[in-house]
Amino acid sequence: MTDTTTSGPMLSADGVPLKKSLARALRRQKLRALILIAPLLAFVVLTFVVPIGSMLFRSVENQIVSGTLPKTIEALETWEGEDGTLPDQEVFQALFFDMFRAAEAKEHTKLGSRLNYERTGFSSVFRTTGRSLDDIGEPFQDWLEDADPAFADGLTWYEMLSGTGGEDLIEDRRAIWANMVGEGFAGDIGFTLSGEMAELLPQTAAAYSDWAIYTAIVDGDVVAEEDPWETVYAALALDFARDGAVSALVAYSGAGAAPIANALAALPSLPEIDFRAAFVAENEGWGDTGNWQTLKIYSPDYTTGYFLNAIDMKKGLDGAMARPENQQIYVKLFIRTMIMSLIITGSCILLGYPVAWLLANLPVRSANVLMILVLLPFWTSLLVRTSAWKVLLQQQGVINNILVWLGFVDDTNRLILMNNSTGTIIAMTHILLPFMILPLYSVMKTIPPSYLRAAKSLGATNWTAFWRVYFPQSIPGIGAGSILVFILAIGYYITPEIVGGTDGVFISNRIAHHISSSLNWGLAAALGSILLVLVLALYWLYDRIVGIDNVKLGG
Amino acid sequence: MFDTAKDAFVAFEHVQKSYDGETLVVKDLNLQIGQGEFLTMLGPSGSGKTTCLMMLAGFETATHGEILLQGRPINNIPPHKRGIGMVFQNYALFPHMSVAENLAFPLEVRGMGKSEREAKIKRALDMVQMGDFGGRRPAQLSGGQQQRIALARALVFEPELVLMDEPLGALDKQLREHMQFEITNLAHQLGITTVYVTHDQTEALTMSDRVAVFDDGRIQQLDPPDVLYEQPQNSFVAQFIGENNTLTGVVTQISGERCLVKLDSGDEIDARPVNVSKVGDRTTVSIRPERVEMDKRRLSPDAHTLKGEVLEFIYMGDIFRTRLRVAGSDDFIIKTRNAPDQQRLTPGTQIEIGWLPDDCRALDA
Repeated sequence: MTDTTTSGPMLSADGVPLKKSLARALRRQKLRALILIAPLLAFVVLTFVVPIGSMLFRSVENQIVSGTLPKTIEALETWEGEDGTLPDQEVFQALFFDMFRAAEAKEHTKLGSRLNYERTGFSSVFRTTGRSLDDIGEPFQDWLEDADPAFADGLTWYEMLSGTGGEDLIEDRRAIWANMVGEGFAGDIGFTLSGEMAELLPQTAAAYSDWAIYTAIVDGDVVAEEDPWETVYAALALDFARDGAVSALVAYSGAGAAPIANALAALPSLPEIDFRAAFVAENEGWGDTGNWQTLKIYSPDYTTGYFLNAIDMKKGLDGAMARPENQQIYVKLFIRTMIMSLIITGSCILLGYPVAWLLANLPVRSANVLMILVLLPFWTSLLVRTSAWKVLLQQQGVINNILVWLGFVDDTNRLILMNNSTGTIIAMTHILLPFMILPLYSVMKTIPPSYLRAAKSLGATNWTAFWRVYFPQSIPGIGAGSILVFILAIGYYITPEIVGGTDGVFISNRIAHHISSSLNWGLAAALGSILLVLVLALYWLYDRIVGIDNVKLGG
Repeated sequence: MFDTAKDAFVAFEHVQKSYDGETLVVKDLNLQIGQGEFLTMLGPSGSGKTTCLMMLAGFETATHGEILLQGRPINNIPPHKRGIGMVFQNYALFPHMSVAENLAFPLEVRGMGKSEREAKIKRALDMVQMGDFGGRRPAQLSGGQQQRIALARALVFEPELVLMDEPLGALDKQLREHMQFEITNLAHQLGITTVYVTHDQTEALTMSDRVAVFDDGRIQQLDPPDVLYEQPQNSFVAQFIGENNTLTGVVTQISGERCLVKLDSGDEIDARPVNVSKVGDRTTVSIRPERVEMDKRRLSPDAHTLKGEVLEFIYMGDIFRTRLRVAGSDDFIIKTRNAPDQQRLTPGTQIEIGWLPDDCRALDA
């Protein structure tokens, strides 16, 4: 033996610490293992983790409100909205510009649908208003064109606002567009804003920039040749109405000084600036404080609103509160899903245990035939099997006919076996049975028959031998089968959809409804997240009580 | 040994067993086992010995014939009512119960009270020197310890008959020898009747009062170990028990306890007729390696001898094992004791060998 009583870390033959050499030796193995699983890993990440992650993210995501109406939301911050008063004029002014922008990009209807989930009717408010925004701006356009016809020519505006020093504002407006539409608004727009004008006429500069960016990038037109939107006229009117604006403008002598002077001269005939009245006139919805409250509640970029909806609550101005009794459906549905899944798991144990026992104890040849019978449902389409149950279970169906023929059931009193929870339980027990039988079988297969013989030789009756000796050893199989069946059942969709009617549907049917019909993906994601957490929690509970080590799928 | 089957503790009467209705696994078995006897069923795998044991335990039913326990037919009594202790090949200790719970099981199903149960469990565990292991799980025990617990469990409810199905098969050689000794001691000490199944002939010889050698569904010979070894009744038993030299030939003379056999090589030897009856019968003669004599002085002057050429000399410590070519056979073995004056033969040496006629048995061909 060599002397190894040196202090410090063990060294390998070449003097490198042993741990390091070992790590280096293992690295190659690990790398090889990683390369072997890489295709599957990439597949799983791309097709499973990423989509599910982004789907679950939707359950809290809410950027659409602040993205579409950024300035409105900003202005709304000071509004308390508790005493029933409408927001002040500033909010409505911001709403006009935000809505106009959104309507041009056709984003306002998306926001309308989003807010409609929270307050029914909001969608039509957005849709109708979007069509009539021009009417709100037109009085100001008419007034300006009356004051100086030069305002009717796009070139007048272009020359008036062109210059240098206003690049920051242009970039700000680009960001607003990008936030709303969700894609880049980069590129030359053939227009540079005058810094002087950005200070003298801030609203006009902003509105004109919005228009210019859209015209150049989305429409692909030359800014100098086009006539601006009504928003620009309205913005100029608003700039004129600003305190101290007139005195500053009188001193202005740059491009477009003449039309501005003419407009200043016509100031007495400026139409009344009342956007609130204009919006309410277009659609009464804007005069409803409830709508404004909803808008304010759902203005943050991230919201708990979907989750609160998913547990039958809603967001109010001062926190969460329960929904009215007649609107509460999800908690009830979650509980029903759990209870029915438990019943299905229980029936699978009762029906599957004897079959698994037979499979494990019959001679190989007969066991193989039985195994094929167990696996047969796997080879048939799920949809076909469920539809077959429909044929069997309906009131004029096979089962009822046989019962009537045998005299167990009165012809006028046929059993209702379908379109309720009974139908779901029957069909799903049948469909999930193999998932119980197979783990049970593989565990039972490993229990040697000598245990039962030993128990009997020690004086136990058949039942005692089974209950005290065989059954405890088959529990890991029951555990594995139950987890499998329960988790599959809790998320099942097709079968309850077909045979469940209204009483027999699961939470997953509701999720599917929100994904494909109501298109409320946020709520669907929240319901899905809750379901996922529920399953994980039950799994954890199971691990604590039974121990996951006691679950065997074989061996 | 017994006048009628009713006198025996266990009796098999014309028992037959078939699994498939085409072939018999057990053919007309007749066997009587006395009270307190240690009987071993020995045989190669597939010889029917385990089937016999399972029929006795009640896990297999006899296709024909009667099995009697203390004079009563038990064919229709279910296994749990037979009161027979059993030790299984893989011990069959219940893995989800502790050692004490395993031992309590047979007592609980008999409805025994807790204090009585505990006393009996303690006694049984002490009996196999495992008194401190009551709280352990079977998986925490070594093979030998599991063996002892299985034994204790089979004995704890004080059965009068214990069946053991190759209980030492999974142990290493040293432990096996030790357990052989312990099991026989315990069986004799408690006076229980034991039926022991094994395919290990050493185990059978060292442990049993009597050994039943099974082959082809029949008992080939049923005798105490010494008789079995020294006086095999047929060539199967002679071959199966211990090491054996065999030579084939034809009987040329026969008179009472002696016969003359002309080997196929032309040599003539003396033998004791066992399974041959008349001149002209073909026979296999069997001689134990340790009964072959190389020293002519110890043979009678008129004894026939054979010439042999040493092929191989193997030193085995306590004995020497020499392989010879004798009468055309290349694997004739001689075993000699490693004594100071013992000759160590070198390959190529020509020697002359002989034996006492009583040690050379003329058996069936």
